Amino acid sequence: MTHHAAPIEAKFWTPGVVVLAVLMAAGAAAIAARFIGGIGYVSNLTTARPWGLWIGVDVASGVALAAGGFTTAFLAHIIGRHYYEAVVRPALLTAVLGYTFVVLGLLVDIGRSWAIWKPLLYWNPTSVLFEVAMCVMLYLNVLYLEFLPIVVERFKGRVNLPGPLAVLNGPVDGLLKLADTILPRIMWIFIIAGVVLSCMHQSSLGSLMLIAPTKLHPLWYTPMLPLLFLVSAIAVGYPMVVFEATLATTSLKLDGEMKILTPLTRITIFLLGLYLALKVGDMVVRGTYVYLLDFTAQTNAFIIEVLFGVIVPWLMLLSPQLRRSRQALFIACTMIVGGVLINRINVFVVGYRPPISEANYFPAIGEVLVTVGLIAALMFVYRFIVTYLPVLNKPEQEVSV
Amino acid sequence: MGLNRRDFFKFVTAAGAAIAGSNDSAHAWQSRAPSDPIGCLVDLTRCIGCRKCEEACNRVNALPPPDRGFEDLTLLDKKRRPDERTYTVVNRHVSGEIDARDQLVPTFVKLQCMHCQDPACASACIVGALTKKENGTVHYDVTKCIGCRYCMVACPFEIPAYEYHDPITPRVMKCTFCYERVQSENKLPGCAEICPVEAITFGRRNDLIEIARQRIKKNPGRYIDHIYGEKEVGGTSWMYLTGVPFEKVGFNALPETPMPRLAESIQHSLFSYLWSPIVLFGMLGGIMWASKDKGDRADNGKEGGGQ
Repeated sequence: MTHHAAPIEAKFWTPGVVVLAVLMAAGAAAIAARFIGGIGYVSNLTTARPWGLWIGVDVASGVALAAGGFTTAFLAHIIGRHYYEAVVRPALLTAVLGYTFVVLGLLVDIGRSWAIWKPLLYWNPTSVLFEVAMCVMLYLNVLYLEFLPIVVERFKGRVNLPGPLAVLNGPVDGLLKLADTILPRIMWIFIIAGVVLSCMHQSSLGSLMLIAPTKLHPLWYTPMLPLLFLVSAIAVGYPMVVFEATLATTSLKLDGEMKILTPLTRITIFLLGLYLALKVGDMVVRGTYVYLLDFTAQTNAFIIEVLFGVIVPWLMLLSPQLRRSRQALFIACTMIVGGVLINRINVFVVGYRPPISEANYFPAIGEVLVTVGLIAALMFVYRFIVTYLPVLNKPEQEVSV
Repeated sequence: MGLNRRDFFKFVTAAGAAIAGSNDSAHAWQSRAPSDPIGCLVDLTRCIGCRKCEEACNRVNALPPPDRGFEDLTLLDKKRRPDERTYTVVNRHVSGEIDARDQLVPTFVKLQCMHCQDPACASACIVGALTKKENGTVHYDVTKCIGCRYCMVACPFEIPAYEYHDPITPRVMKCTFCYERVQSENKLPGCAEICPVEAITFGRRNDLIEIARQRIKKNPGRYIDHIYGEKEVGGTSWMYLTGVPFEKVGFNALPETPMPRLAESIQHSLFSYLWSPIVLFGMLGGIMWASKDKGDRADNGKEGGGQ
C-alpha cells in the first residue's frame, strides 16, 4: 500500500467553480420560489403526474449513481482487493454527497418538508417507499461514519478553531482521538451494513413502480424491476468511479490512475453483461419486444437507453485496447452512467403514462433550475472537500501493485 | 468466530433455504379487505347530469366555492377530473347511441374515489396516512402525511389530488366517503342523499352487488352485464352499472388482481423478519473474515488502509 490521499494544493476559485456558484444561485432562487409559492408554482406536476424530474433525477438517479460507494467498499474492504484502495475515498465522497443531495432533493419535492421525520414514528411495513426511506436514512448515517476517519486523519492533533471557539480545541481534539481509537475496530460492521443497506434500497427503488401496472409502459414494467435496479446499480458503480475520477484528475491535473481504472472496468464487463442479459431475457420472456418498433417517444427512449447506455459501451469495454485508452474508457463509462440515468428517468417519468387522463408532463424551468442547482452544489462541495481533506491521491505518486 | 469457512457457508445456505422455503408457503399474500364494507352503486342509466351531487359534496365537505356555479351545465362540455378543490365531478359522454328522434343520448358519469377493497394508495403510503377503515372508507389522516405523493402514483383511478399551491402544509385531497357523516351522524354521503333520481344507491357492498344483479336480470336490454368495481382491482366500494359499454364512457379495463399484491408479495418474501439482510450480512461478514489474509481486522476496516 503506497497510495496516499492528501488535500490538493490548488486554487479554489477557478472559473469552473465560479460557474458552479452561479448555477447554485439560480437553483437557490427556484427553491426559494418553491417554498413561497408552492410546488405548483415552480413545477409542472399534476394530479396524474405527481412525480417528475426531481424524483427521476435528484432521487432515483442520485441513489443509483452513488453506488460507487458500496461497490468499491465491497471490493477493497470486504473481498480485500486493496489494490483498488486509491479509488475508495473519492467513491465514498461521491456517495456521501450523492445521498446527502438525494435528501435535499426530497426536501424540495415532498409537500411537507418539515414532516420528513414522520416515517420514523408512523411505520407502514407494506409500503416499499417506507423501506427505501429507512434504508436511505440508515445508509446516510453509515456513509458519514465511513467518511469520519478522513476528517479525523486531517484534523487530529491539529484542531485550531477560530477566535473564542479556541477553548474547544482540546475537547474536539479529544473526540477526534477517541474516534480514531474506536472507529477502526468497529468499521467492519458499518462497511458490511453499508453494502447490505445498499442492496436493499437499490432493489426496492425498482419495486416502487410495481404498484402501478396500468401506468408504467410494459417495456419497463416487470416483476424483475427490483433485480434490474439492483444489478444496474452494481454495474454502474465502477463506471461512475471512472467517470468521476477522470473528471477530477483532469480538472485538477492529477495522476490519471489508469493502472487502477483499467482493471476495475474489467469487472464491469461481467456486471454490465449480466444486466444486459437480464434485460433482454426479460423482454424476450414477456414478449415485450413487440413494442420496440412502435416509434413512440416511450419505445424510442427504451431503445436509446439499451443501445447507447448498455450495448455500445459494453462492446467498447470488451476491447482491452479501448480500456487502456483514457479517452475511450471515459467515453464508455460516461455512456454507462448516462444509460442508468436514462433508465431511471424512463421508469419514473418517460415510461409512466396514466391511462385515464393520459396526462403529459415536461419539466418546468423551475424544476430544471432546482435539479441543476443541486448538482452544481454537489460538485461545488466535492471540490471544496477534496481541496481541504485527504481524499484524492497526491500527484506524481507511484501506484504499485 | 469459531466456524471454519466451509461450515460457515454450509450454515448460511441451509439457513437461507430454510427461511426462504418457510416464507413461500406460510405467508402467501392475503387481502386485508373488510368483509362487510359500505358502498355506493351508481346507475349511469339513471343519472341526468344535474350536478346536484357536486354541489352537495362541496357543501358537506366545506370545499372552496367553485369558479362557476353548480347550476352551470355548460361545464359538462369539457371532460373534468376531480381535483384539489373538487372531490367529485360529473362528465357527459356521448357513446354514439341515438334515441327515437335521432338525438345522441348522453351518458353522465360521476367520478370520485372508488374506495378500493385493497387500496393501492394505502399499501403505498409511506406513513400509513391512508388506511382502509373497517366500514370500507379509504381514509386520509393529514397529521401523518409527508407529501411524498406515492399514493397518487399508485392509484389506478388517478384520483388523489394535491394542493400544489400550498407551500408549507399541502394536503392530499380526495373523496372522504363523508366518513364523519356516515360513521358518527348516521347520515348518507352528501351526494347519495341529494341525488334526485336515485342514481346513487348507498348501502352494504354485498347488498349493492345483489341489487345490481337484480337490475341487470330484470332489465337485460337496459344494462351491460357487468358491474364495474365488483371485481376490478380486487373490488371497490363504489360500483357502476351502465347501458353503454364501460370503455366508451371513460372506464378503463383493469386487472382483477389487487394492485398491492405483487409489490407486497415481493417485499414480504424478501424482508419478513429481515431474513435476507441478516443472511447477506452474515455472508459478507464471512467473506470479509475469510479474505483477511494480510493485516489485522483494524487495518482492513480503516479507510485508506492506514498508510
